[in-house]
Amino acid sequence: MINTHDILETINMIQEENLDIRTITMGISLLDCIDSDIEKACSKVYDKICHKAQNLVKTGEEIEKEYGIPIINKRISVTPISMISAASKGDPIKFAKILDKAAKEVGVNFLGGYSALVQKGFAAGDIELIKSIPQALAETERICSSVNIGSTKTGINMDAVKLMGEIVRESAILTKDNGLVGPSKLVIFCNAVEDNPFMAGAFHGAGEPDCVINVGVSGPGVVRAALSKIPDADITEIADTVKRTAFKITRVGQLVATEASRRLGVPFGIVDLSLAPTPAIGDSVAHILEEMGLEQCGACGTTACLALLNDAVKKGGVMASSHVGGLSGAFIPVSEDAGMIDAARNNTLCIEKLEAMTAVCSVGLDMIAIPGDTPAEVISAIIADEAAIGMVNSKTTAVRVIPAIGKKDGEEIEFGGLFGVSPIMKVNTASPAKFINRGGRIPAPLQSLKN
Amino acid sequence: MRGIITVVGKDMVGILAKVSGVCSEYNVNVIEVSQSILQDMFCMIMLVDFEKCSTSFSDFSDKVSAIGDEMSLSIHVMHEDIFNSMHRI
Repeated sequence: MINTHDILETINMIQEENLDIRTITMGISLLDCIDSDIEKACSKVYDKICHKAQNLVKTGEEIEKEYGIPIINKRISVTPISMISAASKGDPIKFAKILDKAAKEVGVNFLGGYSALVQKGFAAGDIELIKSIPQALAETERICSSVNIGSTKTGINMDAVKLMGEIVRESAILTKDNGLVGPSKLVIFCNAVEDNPFMAGAFHGAGEPDCVINVGVSGPGVVRAALSKIPDADITEIADTVKRTAFKITRVGQLVATEASRRLGVPFGIVDLSLAPTPAIGDSVAHILEEMGLEQCGACGTTACLALLNDAVKKGGVMASSHVGGLSGAFIPVSEDAGMIDAARNNTLCIEKLEAMTAVCSVGLDMIAIPGDTPAEVISAIIADEAAIGMVNSKTTAVRVIPAIGKKDGEEIEFGGLFGVSPIMKVNTASPAKFINRGGRIPAPLQSLKN
Repeated sequence: MRGIITVVGKDMVGILAKVSGVCSEYNVNVIEVSQSILQDMFCMIMLVDFEKCSTSFSDFSDKVSAIGDEMSLSIHVMHEDIFNSMHRI
């Protein structure tokens, strides 16, 4: 029999340290739903999602019960809708509404893929879809949206960057009386990945199979607890402990992914090796960094600690799973992480430090509330800065900022649930307007010329 | 399939009897039992076989958890594979 210590360790990880499977995400291709008649296309989309995902939630719950591991979210990602709506030429909002209806029918809490990929320029359908995002997010409940505006291979589409600053603002204005849900469901990417299981940035890339199961794991609490047992260890030992812990966490993800894939009869795609925090006590990435020896997240040394953590998570996780993908790394969403919220409240953590941290972790400026009067061009410039970090470092970066309409820095907004609370962070308001209004493309960097 | 039942809590009379009673009621074979006292806490781990179980896993799990609630113990029934995959390469 397995050793008692190991059994109790697993149970302790789940019960006390918030180990969970953050999401089972079913990726569904909608390419075969394209139709020149928008009504027909919508009806095909609805039928396909309801057919493919009919057992997703039920299967997730069965696995949860049998293995005793909580599976927090069951979700769906679909082909970027701009590819589908381009052929129909109608109002893309119709797709948003039908996707929302399908998500409710199959019982998933989010459906991602109201997206457009415009890193090199706008194709048919892209502009219409992007312009419809604020309305789509305001009038639906479960739809998430993302736009890829740059990549290492193509450079950065500055026309799209300009447009997205305006869209984020408009999205906040349209949902200002509804908890600002619009911008919290909108991610602007550089180097977006096609198999990301995490919302709000999940979409099912064009190179993916017809239907696939991707799993995202979580467990910042487990890593922190493991580090708290070695208070005087040197950094090598810390990195080793993180690796060992990440291995165990990922093995659970792999098990759940294989089992879900078998029961649903859908191929297994990837396990996303992520440390995704939640506002729950003991589920914070910031607290891991503090356990490593920082007084508070945001102090000098934070970027180095995060780089170590991110790398060790990948090294430990990669051997535990047969296919690793998605974003894979530590997430730093401010409003969803108790330690980051505290650090932002007393100004130890500022937006510039977060920007530096995004150069070494898995995504980018995530769930950050900014003053409501921040001009669109400043938001665009934040997006451009993040995209530049992603482009030059050949990594995914993203921006999900929330302009808190009617509020100033120092105040707070509450999103509720997994989205948490966010202190509004100060943003440098020196104007980048002329730069943003130039338009055009930032050429692809030398890093792209690998052939 | 095989599962692991873990019972953790304050030691008292009848824990083993109650848990193994439910196993026998639903024809779940107990393969191995190990029990110890860890820091004043009673801790029992049972390896069981569900091959001939007369009810569903989920129903059995609910029945065992109900004993836990009744006796203020923390009882979990989990598929063996989660431990295997986490601790064995």
